[in-house]
Amino acid sequence: MYKSLLCLRYLRTRYIALASIISMTLGVATMIVVNSVMDGFSTDMRTRLRGILADVIVETNSLDGEPVTKDIKNSIQRAIGDDIAGMTETVEIYAMLSVQYGSQWQSKPVTLIGIDPETKATVGPLAQYLEHTKDNDIPNWELSPEAMAYRKEWTTRAQWMVERWNHNPPPIEQNEQVSFEEPVESSEPLPAPKFANESETASPFDQTPKPKGTHKANPTANPFGEDLKVSAFEEKEERDPSSPLPGRVYIGYGLVSFPYEDPETGKTETFQIVKPGDDVKISTVTAGQPPEPTHFNATVVDLFKSNMSEHDSSLVFCNLEYLQEMRGMIGGGEKSITSIQIKLKRPEDAAMVVSKLEEALPASKFRVRTWEDKQGPLLAAVEVESAILNVLLFLIIAVAGFGILAIFFMITIEKTRDIGVLKALGASSNGIMSIFLSYGLALGLVGSGVGVIVGLLFVRYINEIEKAITWITGRKVFDQRIYYFPEISTHVNPMMVFWVAIGAMVIAVLASILPARKAARFHPVESLRYE
Amino acid sequence: MTETLSMPHPQLSAIAIEKAYRKDKHKVPVLRGIDVDVQKAEFLSIVGQSGSGKSTLMHLFGLLDSPDIGEIQLEGQRIDDLPDHARDQIRNRVFGFIFQFYHLLPELNLLENVLSPLMIRYSTWEYWKQKKKFREDALEIIEKVGLSHRIKHRPSEMSGGEMQRAAIARALIAKPQILLADEPTGNLDSSTGKEIMNLLTNLNEQEQLTIIMVTHDNSIAAQAHRTVRLLEGQIEVLGKSHATSVPA
Ligand SMILES: Nc1ncnc2c1ncn2[C@@H]1O[C@H](COP(=O)(O)OP(=O)(O)O)[C@@H](O)[C@H]1O
Ligand SMILES: [Mg+2]
Repeated sequence: MYKSLLCLRYLRTRYIALASIISMTLGVATMIVVNSVMDGFSTDMRTRLRGILADVIVETNSLDGEPVTKDIKNSIQRAIGDDIAGMTETVEIYAMLSVQYGSQWQSKPVTLIGIDPETKATVGPLAQYLEHTKDNDIPNWELSPEAMAYRKEWTTRAQWMVERWNHNPPPIEQNEQVSFEEPVESSEPLPAPKFANESETASPFDQTPKPKGTHKANPTANPFGEDLKVSAFEEKEERDPSSPLPGRVYIGYGLVSFPYEDPETGKTETFQIVKPGDDVKISTVTAGQPPEPTHFNATVVDLFKSNMSEHDSSLVFCNLEYLQEMRGMIGGGEKSITSIQIKLKRPEDAAMVVSKLEEALPASKFRVRTWEDKQGPLLAAVEVESAILNVLLFLIIAVAGFGILAIFFMITIEKTRDIGVLKALGASSNGIMSIFLSYGLALGLVGSGVGVIVGLLFVRYINEIEKAITWITGRKVFDQRIYYFPEISTHVNPMMVFWVAIGAMVIAVLASILPARKAARFHPVESLRYE
Repeated sequence: MTETLSMPHPQLSAIAIEKAYRKDKHKVPVLRGIDVDVQKAEFLSIVGQSGSGKSTLMHLFGLLDSPDIGEIQLEGQRIDDLPDHARDQIRNRVFGFIFQFYHLLPELNLLENVLSPLMIRYSTWEYWKQKKKFREDALEIIEKVGLSHRIKHRPSEMSGGEMQRAAIARALIAKPQILLADEPTGNLDSSTGKEIMNLLTNLNEQEQLTIIMVTHDNSIAAQAHRTVRLLEGQIEVLGKSHATSVPA
């Protein structure tokens, strides 16, 4: 009984001991925050990575792809037919995306992925990532009515311009000047309606439809004029210029939108240079040896935004068949593909499925990996980072343990006489020891308890705290343009919190064992001599 | 043997006690063959110069220390060689200690200090069950030592005399058989010392409590039934000059 009473009194009267556990509190809090952020980061990243990829990916060793023969399909079915929840074929190739903005062309390296949206949606949440597609819809390559209307509007205007300049081509110098003075906004109210009828009568229109803004440039400078393949392809059809091109793409949001800071409001605004309905130009290489450059125009159907900035600023999805055609991957009745993405009924089985597939498919042609293998370095980096941080932070708690040790020694020395008195009154050595052990435990409890609360609160309000720090320091702590995520995501793992708290308490108790044993061994007579 | 069986044992006795302290490699003998018997309800005082080993003898009686040679017997039973937990129990139940410097626990208030021997004796649960009764007992004893108005006070808020009375109350709460008082008045002025002595004499007379008291003040010692003097580590018998009221 006296043990708990004295322990409580010591807690209440020895504030110095509470000071010793502040570092423990901070250690616990930091550990919880860091782990939650790291965990949130990797959980988010995993879901997003997995959203783009699939549980298991079969890739061809060659960029030229391999024809998907009946044999291959059959061997996949035989090997893992029962485990498949969804499967899609894709062609993945490096490419350049060129977008015209004003009179300027911007080109960027991208990963071009030919997909079939319907099957692609069965292996991952594609619709969810498309800006203008409803989450429950099956994504497709049709333009939405708004995109169609927008397209009609700008193609009509472009056509009128081309008509006019064809009849009366301005000198090149003058034209360039014009292009600079031209207003940037394409939605600028031009006298388009007036010419709308004219443009319809003005067919046949022998040019490829221009991307937005082409009308500002000299038609002789139109890079698409030389695009024989496309022109030939389209000339045959004698198509309406406002109808979308056969090449269709979903473009990564980050490729065509640029965050900037509004100088007046100071808020981050985004500035988007491509909308669904616009045309873009894609350059890539054909299959075969040696690869030949090829390019084609494509109509943007939708923007792709997974919030994983690495993907959003590098991926362009294209209609699979068209890409195969452009790359010359169709031949002998077989279409080649470069990868097969498979979604499993039980994602846990991925490793087993991989080994089955490795057996079933010729290793010279195919490589089978789980999405985790494919993103291995990134995931491993996050794991190593969090392991190192955990070790370092636990050292902070250990340092706190030494603080407790030192202060406990002081307290036992200070309490020597009282310990003698307690022994004279009949307290046992174990009793004395347990006073100090429970004192240590209580300090650990308070230290880690407060640490847990502070840590959890910090995690809960981390984005607000980030904003406050940004506001105070004027520097962005978490720049969404750099990181993968729009805001700091966290994931609190209860087990982690539990173990951190337990770890801190164990350290506090361990640190009090030595002083407690020393106190218990005080000889009562010598303790009483203290005066 | 038959003699010892038929004879009633003294309540507490020290038999041929020797005790030396080791300082580096030198042995410093403090007690060199001490024999003292204390009868039930006796009030014995031990006098001697400072450093003569009075406190050491008290500590041996109270099992706070063990003799090098010799025995301490309680009712004829040797107690100095018992295992630790048994010695702890005897200290808690048989003896009550009073020290020169009171030795109250500074974190506890008067009431809690008085109750501390009971807190030590019982587990939290058992203590909780009897809490009310203990509290009443304590209040009664505090009343007896005249400190009812100081229940919630910490030792630091009390005077020396009050602290010593609190210490006496603490020694009494466990209903001890023997009270060991080491210079209980040594740190008090003479009138406060007198009050404390009155308290002790009353306890001895009214409750038949055995008291062994160490003092270096002969006038204080004179209030006891019997006085022994420690000199060069041995007992110098002073006779039972004022031991008239010792019960047979
Ligand atoms: N723990 C100890 N170590 C060494 N010497 C001690 C110790 N305790 C007491 N002494 C010595 O034993 C002698 C007797 O001490 P003590 O019993 O306290 O005397 P008293 O109470 O009569 O003044 C003293 O000389 C003292 O220095
Ligand atoms: Mg002394």
